[in-house]
Amino acid sequence: MKINPQIIKKHGIKTDEYKKIIKLIGREPNMLELGIFSAMWNEHCSYKSSKKYLKTLPTKNNKVIQGPGENAGVIDIEDGDAIVFKIESHNHPSFIEPYQGAATGVGGILRDIFTMGARPIATLNSIHFGDPSHLKTKNLLHGVVSGIGGYGNCMGIPTLGGEVKFNSTYNENILVNAMAVGLVKKNKIFYSKAKGINKSVIYVGSKTGRDGIHGASMASAEFDENTEEKKPTVQVGDPFTEKLLLEACLELMQDDSIISIQDMGAAGLTSSSIEMASKGNLGIEINMNKIPCREENMTPYEMMLSESQERMLLILNAGKEEDARKIFTKWDLDFSVIGKTTDTKNLVLNYNDKEVANLPLSALSTDAPLYDRKWKKSLEIKKIDTPKKFESESLSESLKKILSSPNNSAKNWVWEQYDQTVMGDTIQSPGGDSGVVRIHGKNKAIALTIDSSTDYCLADPITGGKQTVCEAWRNLISVGANPVAITNCLNFGNPEKEIVMGQFVETIDGIKQACQYLNFPVVSGNVSFYNETNNNSISPTPTVGGVGLIKNINNMMTSNFKNVGNFIFIIGKTLGHLYQSEFFKEVMNFNDGPPPKVNLFNEKNNGYAVLDLISKNLAESVHDISSGGILLSLAEMCIRGKIGANINMPKVNLNKHEYFFGEDQSRYIIEVKIGHKKEVEKILKKQSIFYEEIGKTQKDEIYIEKELKININELIELNTNWFKRYIT
Amino acid sequence: MKVSITVTLKKDVLDPQGKVVKQTLENMGYSKIQSVRQGKYFEIEVEESGEENIRKTVDEICKKLLTNTVIEDYKINYN
Amino acid sequence: MKSSVVVFPGSNCDRDVAVALKKFNIKNQMVWHEESSLPKSDLVVLPGGFSYGDYLRSGCIASKSKIINDVIKHGKNGGLILGICNGFQILIETGLLPGVLLRNKRLRFISKSVFLKVENTNNIFCKNYKKKNIIELPIAHNEGNYFANNYLIQKLEDLNLVAFKYCNQEGKIEKNFNPNGSLNNIAGILNENKNILGMMPHPERFIDPYLSGEDGSNLFKSLLNLYKNEN
Repeated sequence: MKINPQIIKKHGIKTDEYKKIIKLIGREPNMLELGIFSAMWNEHCSYKSSKKYLKTLPTKNNKVIQGPGENAGVIDIEDGDAIVFKIESHNHPSFIEPYQGAATGVGGILRDIFTMGARPIATLNSIHFGDPSHLKTKNLLHGVVSGIGGYGNCMGIPTLGGEVKFNSTYNENILVNAMAVGLVKKNKIFYSKAKGINKSVIYVGSKTGRDGIHGASMASAEFDENTEEKKPTVQVGDPFTEKLLLEACLELMQDDSIISIQDMGAAGLTSSSIEMASKGNLGIEINMNKIPCREENMTPYEMMLSESQERMLLILNAGKEEDARKIFTKWDLDFSVIGKTTDTKNLVLNYNDKEVANLPLSALSTDAPLYDRKWKKSLEIKKIDTPKKFESESLSESLKKILSSPNNSAKNWVWEQYDQTVMGDTIQSPGGDSGVVRIHGKNKAIALTIDSSTDYCLADPITGGKQTVCEAWRNLISVGANPVAITNCLNFGNPEKEIVMGQFVETIDGIKQACQYLNFPVVSGNVSFYNETNNNSISPTPTVGGVGLIKNINNMMTSNFKNVGNFIFIIGKTLGHLYQSEFFKEVMNFNDGPPPKVNLFNEKNNGYAVLDLISKNLAESVHDISSGGILLSLAEMCIRGKIGANINMPKVNLNKHEYFFGEDQSRYIIEVKIGHKKEVEKILKKQSIFYEEIGKTQKDEIYIEKELKININELIELNTNWFKRYIT
Repeated sequence: MKVSITVTLKKDVLDPQGKVVKQTLENMGYSKIQSVRQGKYFEIEVEESGEENIRKTVDEICKKLLTNTVIEDYKINYN
Repeated sequence: MKSSVVVFPGSNCDRDVAVALKKFNIKNQMVWHEESSLPKSDLVVLPGGFSYGDYLRSGCIASKSKIINDVIKHGKNGGLILGICNGFQILIETGLLPGVLLRNKRLRFISKSVFLKVENTNNIFCKNYKKKNIIELPIAHNEGNYFANNYLIQKLEDLNLVAFKYCNQEGKIEKNFNPNGSLNNIAGILNENKNILGMMPHPERFIDPYLSGEDGSNLFKSLLNLYKNEN
């Protein structure tokens, strides 16, 4: 087939990009080569619109072993142990086929973890759907949750956290962000950089089929009325085969057979072979006849672009091939020597004894286009008039409304479909501030959280970016963990639009500021652009996955009230910011205004103060205050502990709505025993931490004199009703 | 009228279950089995006037519910 | 006491149960499904997980594996067999236990802690539950809905072969407290000889007094008491 402008366009390559290809290789590419460029140069693989800004993110601290650039990030958690983790999106495929899209999203991120030698020990996910009343939402929700469960449960890895959000911005573009975490020995980490010339390149795992051809291109294209036509590109996952692949790889990794290893994800064999070789500054030659194929008559084009799942590429040390083959045969997986490393620095593909492609690796990787896209600053939202009637709203009715709203409802229906206790080390399941998993056989644990704040980010991307990082920070602190590092998934619309690119640039700025100040760097992640349908972009949605270390599991904290008659303290000052709050959105139907400001100084100091109290056993329960303000966080502690609270009216110069529903940042609620009150106050005063004692825990109900009196059972019912009714 | 419908995965779509069933049969000594694909079978009774209407209805329900047209095909057997 | 844990492709809870056996000083070996015979064992454990991905029918393909003949022999000779979750499903497919495990009533995977009444404490696995026979254990399954025809169900009840039933904190056995729709709230059963136990809940996940309480521990402790008594 001859290449014409139609075909170039179909491959997602712009005219000037095509000109660049010709310049780089000195001629026109053939169809196979064009396909390879199309896969490597699209947004999902090349990061051409985002690289410039991603480079500005802080990626190091004294615990980081590996930052961005590898299959996943790695942090040191002492005594020779390390944690490997990453988050990735699978948005477009999940909208088209929710079960398989979500399932293969989980599969893909798990491979990124065990390809580095780590046994996965937990997963989390952040899933975003359109308005509950939108036609497609319910089916998508069912499909995605089933898909995540279907894959993760079969792999035997517990799901320890997540979020489920509903927002009309996702009506036609849902988000499925999957995070995985693995445990590895510090001196046994495997990397993807190829080393040595004339080394065998080996393909292991499932056979190659026609799945997902041009999936990476699809991720970089918007949906339009013709979305239906794009359908056949969704891959089907086989978690059973992936489990076999996991065990086979970990078995092989016991000794030093492997030089380098890379999983085949987006753009399959193309991206994995190119990345492996170019990282090692080598060339690679592949004999296409050796690729194990599932279907008949597959062409080199199809083989290179296939996104069949559950496959890896290995380079082994000399003499280790036969033993490796035995292992993969034992686990019923394909094992095929498909090529070798060379010193040409080119990608050479042979088929039926003919050379069918020959491209310089640099053209496909380091020389890929890098764009400095034009961008526009988001309009600064000055304070605007608040909805006049809000002061006459009943506190009680407002709390009830917020508690039973879709975004604040208990999501048990979702996470009870995920195995939370397999592997026997789960300390905290979903439903608390962070998931906590013990390091097998040891007395320490890691805390895991996944967070996003769509509306804040739309209102002000810089503040929203900062806030999202701070929320992850607080969620880790609340369980007694020292925050170590984050992974992030940046979900945005079309970067070719100045306003969207501006949101991206500013969100990164916000994330950068928070990460720098809190010494909480980014070690991995991905960018998902083009979440847009019919020219409607989603609101900017950076999702942050945070990891913290709990050195001694006896110091772990939970958020359920423990005993009646204890004091309730608020750490951090309440300023009463109501714009973008749940109260304004759910009760007043008011969506305008700026998000609450983030004060990083207070964020850090308050956080460390709380950790200090936890480590000294002076806190009985801790919960951070975020969406819904003080009242919602209090209600959650009551529900989780089945213990109520008697709360005083505020003595500050704020009206009661501002006080109880304001979403100022850097705040926590802590429960303190009577006998510890003096000590706690002494410590907080010494560290100049603002705090207030707002009441005491009590039996049966949450109570504010003249304002609110709700029985805990009613709180529980309100909090669980919406989802139960929606889903049946 | 009684109608039976078989729903199968599209030709190029991975069938993990069929793959494992074939392997198991091989391990059980059935070496001549070349391939196995697993699907679903429905028996539906329709009461409607006119064969044309029945065909239309059944075809519609196949497309709208019984089959995931992204990855599955269907075959209708009118008895 | 010596035990063997059979590992199938796709088994997930083999390590968890090995950890539990080790904790209670039971000498254990992991046995790959391709072996044709078991090492000398008092107890054989078929662990939980998704053997063969649960493809075709849960536990079906594992029940055709090479090692199964020896497992069946062991059971028929009076040797102890404990089948947990997927292991229970495999025991049913082999015919060592009667009935069938269907898809959960609500057609979804369910993972949560449930209360169980230990109905029969006069067997090797459950002796240690005599003092406290209302316990809490986690379940995590897609196909835990136990079904058998009326005759079989009656026989199980009459011969006191039901080991565990789903209940509430007070031990009340009612439909409300049944997570998957299984008949008579059945969560685990014994064979007539009471040497084979199949159960859907996971005792091996609740053996840490700090993390989860010890309702799972008592099952393993019961086995040890037998060993001590026999010797």
